[in-house]
Amino acid sequence: MAMKIEEVIAEVMEIAGEGAVQEELDMPGPVLRVPRESLAKVMPLLRQRGFDSLMALSGIDYQGMKKYKADAGDSLGVVYHLFSFAERCKITIKVWLPREDPQVFSVAAIWPTAEWHEREAYDMFGIRFEGHPDPRRILLPEDWEGWPLRKDYQMPTEYRGIVHRDEEGQA
Amino acid sequence: MSGASAEKRGYVLNMGPQHPSTHGVLRMEVHTDGEIVTRAIPDIGYLHRCKEKIGESETYFKFTPYTDRLDYLASMNQNHGYCVAVERLAGIEVPERAEYIRVIVAELNRIASHLVSFGTYGLDLGAFTPFLYAFREREKILDIFEQMCGARLTYAYIYIGGVMRDITPKQLGMIQEFVDYIEPKLDEYDRLLSYNQIFIKRTANVGVLSPELAIKYGVTGPVLRASGVDWDLRRDDPYSIYDRFDWKPVVGRGDVGSVGDSWDRYMVRLREIRESVKIIRQAIAQVPIGPYQAKVPPRLKPKYNEVYCRTESARGELGFYLVADGDVHPWRCKVRAPSFSNLSVIGELAPGLMIADLVAVLGSIDVVMGDVDR
Amino acid sequence: MREYILTLTEPGQLLSGVSFGLASLLVMVASCAAVLGVIALNGMFLVWWERKVSAHMQARLGPMTTGYWHGWLQSIADGIKLLLKETIVPLLVDKPLFMLAPVVIFGSAFMAFVPIPWGEHLIVADLNIGVLYITAITSLSVIGVVMAGWASNNKWSLYGGMRSAAQIVSYEIPVGLAMVPALMASGTLSMQGIVESQAGGFWHWNLFAGGPFTLIAFVVFFIASLAEVNRAPFDLPEAESELVSGFHTEYSGMCFAFFFLAEYSEMFVVSAIASVLYLGGWQCPLGLSLIPGPLLFLAKILFLVFIQLWFRWTFPRLRVDQLMHLAWKVLTPIGFVNVFGAALWLVLI
Repeated sequence: MAMKIEEVIAEVMEIAGEGAVQEELDMPGPVLRVPRESLAKVMPLLRQRGFDSLMALSGIDYQGMKKYKADAGDSLGVVYHLFSFAERCKITIKVWLPREDPQVFSVAAIWPTAEWHEREAYDMFGIRFEGHPDPRRILLPEDWEGWPLRKDYQMPTEYRGIVHRDEEGQA
Repeated sequence: MSGASAEKRGYVLNMGPQHPSTHGVLRMEVHTDGEIVTRAIPDIGYLHRCKEKIGESETYFKFTPYTDRLDYLASMNQNHGYCVAVERLAGIEVPERAEYIRVIVAELNRIASHLVSFGTYGLDLGAFTPFLYAFREREKILDIFEQMCGARLTYAYIYIGGVMRDITPKQLGMIQEFVDYIEPKLDEYDRLLSYNQIFIKRTANVGVLSPELAIKYGVTGPVLRASGVDWDLRRDDPYSIYDRFDWKPVVGRGDVGSVGDSWDRYMVRLREIRESVKIIRQAIAQVPIGPYQAKVPPRLKPKYNEVYCRTESARGELGFYLVADGDVHPWRCKVRAPSFSNLSVIGELAPGLMIADLVAVLGSIDVVMGDVDR
Repeated sequence: MREYILTLTEPGQLLSGVSFGLASLLVMVASCAAVLGVIALNGMFLVWWERKVSAHMQARLGPMTTGYWHGWLQSIADGIKLLLKETIVPLLVDKPLFMLAPVVIFGSAFMAFVPIPWGEHLIVADLNIGVLYITAITSLSVIGVVMAGWASNNKWSLYGGMRSAAQIVSYEIPVGLAMVPALMASGTLSMQGIVESQAGGFWHWNLFAGGPFTLIAFVVFFIASLAEVNRAPFDLPEAESELVSGFHTEYSGMCFAFFFLAEYSEMFVVSAIASVLYLGGWQCPLGLSLIPGPLLFLAKILFLVFIQLWFRWTFPRLRVDQLMHLAWKVLTPIGFVNVFGAALWLVLI
């Protein structure tokens, strides 16, 4: 099944509906930003169109980022880098999530590799993935508090009796 | 409810984080029924060192040494991947000579890493001797690296815009000597281990990973190639100057069992050493005269840009997702580690294996926990 | 034995004038001391030797400093260290069993030395059922292994113990079957008798007595005995890459040293049995008597031990099901066929 990347972009833009934007970036393959509600429709479509590999799934925190100050505000985001082995082309999908309610459709059922990547995004950013089979922290201890890669994260001074001191020796 | 009753009957083994064959600090909750594994749940994070957070708070240059510690068995490849990503992000041109030196050291380090993997795989299956042979060979590579950059494990040699130091003719001679030395050794390894009947019995048809499953789980590198997918980023998503050399990615053929079994994963690495040797030979012959560093401001401040740049490290696709925001440090520095995705497939492969097979499969996936946990 | 002690108490002999009871006691104590000495020396020597052999196979040197000449004192230093080390007994182990297990294992290795003939008269006790006695005594060690595995209260140890029990019980059969052709050729169960029946050069050895069948039997015996003593490639009960250290994971200090000594003694014993059964024991290969028998015997044993070491540092380990497959579906049938073949050969040729 030959796939034209322009057709895929058009299809995604149509399904994603209002609020979908194509970002102009110097990256191989298009970068599309879709509303989070549409992700549950967009991702299966992309899988169907031949994007069989999820290269990476990254959480990101836009709080304070100069470039996006105006539109993203302090939202969180998830970036999906997809690739098609058959067609040898890439596509990047982004979603922005409100900080108060960072919840998004889980793609773990479509690309099982996302299972661990999503757990990591949850671990580091507190992004919750709806329908994830095993939503636990992955790298940090399960009773860790806070989301370390958020820009407003405060390093805790103590964890289970282990006191963290800065360079001056202050707790 | 046979599954549930089997689990009631069975045993839960806590394998790791201190266990001889978990290759570092991996813990696996292994549910067993006698010697048969019914489920294996990997638990990672024991070696988490906040690399991504550090990446966000250090400058672009200062993060290079940290990349060494990701996959500490193939530090050059990690440096290379990171530097290529930053150079794409900031639009830096690397001098020709530096590109050749990079390819040479990256391939040498790939050989060193595959040698460790070969040796430890022998250990996993109870053969001690290959391990020491592999380390004897690796020692020569480390000596060369020590000459070039003073370090033996964490080099920070490949540098944004070039390499730290120029390569001398003497060092090139050492490398040439090494590649001449290693090739006959590989035949010796084949005789000692690869075609040993017990070894074949232990690895052939064990933990067969189908190409579909591999792609689904984002498995890359030698493990993916062993499943019969002809895919190598050095050829298929070229970076640096890999498109100038004559070599072929190694694909698993199922010589003694079926395609994608543990033996194939093991063998792909051994055969890849030969391909790396080919690349090094060609690169040594072609190293041009010229500068070895580009002029890059020490306080690199790329304007807003995003890259997802992937390179072929010794273990697979090493991706860096970098977001620049016009500051001295990246806004986001996501490391897509090959071992992380490769390891995630173990839960799928484990049911039905025996405990000894689980060790064999884990060893053939060849994870480095520094890479998994970051 | 009785006659020998009686001759010792005759006038002019070592124990002249001593009553028979006391003489027996003295002889027993002396034998025990001799066997203990042999075990300890043998253990120390084999450990050092194994380290040197493995080192040279692996492009290393092994111990080089202790004792100046190739680290020959290394084992003694290690022995002293093990003696002085605290024996750690974990809190939740079954303490009596835990402490008893190394004793059982060591005891079985110790007692196996009894009917081994070192020379014409150098034998602790020439039992008329020597071969049966050895088979029985060496299989006692499995009890110790299972005890250690169970008492340690450690899952890895338990797996090791279970594997070991299965393994030793299975390999008893091929070992036994592989002994039969030699016994048929010699016509006796006494170890000394077997050696004596092979006098007069290597062409009289049981190895060649039954044509191809005794040769095969020897090979089967050697392979199966490797499994009996848990040596590579059959060292599954202590497979360090799977079971950490198997049944002796929780042991330290002297208790560990007992396991260690027992392992090396067992290697020695099975090699001794193999050379008694098939290689003529203390008989000279050329039918001459220039070299003392005990030395020849020792040389044969060490040669077989060397092959065991060589195997260990070359081969990967089998998997547990493959191990069972080998015992029941390969070695046992071969053993049976061999017994018939050898019998026919001995009767007809």
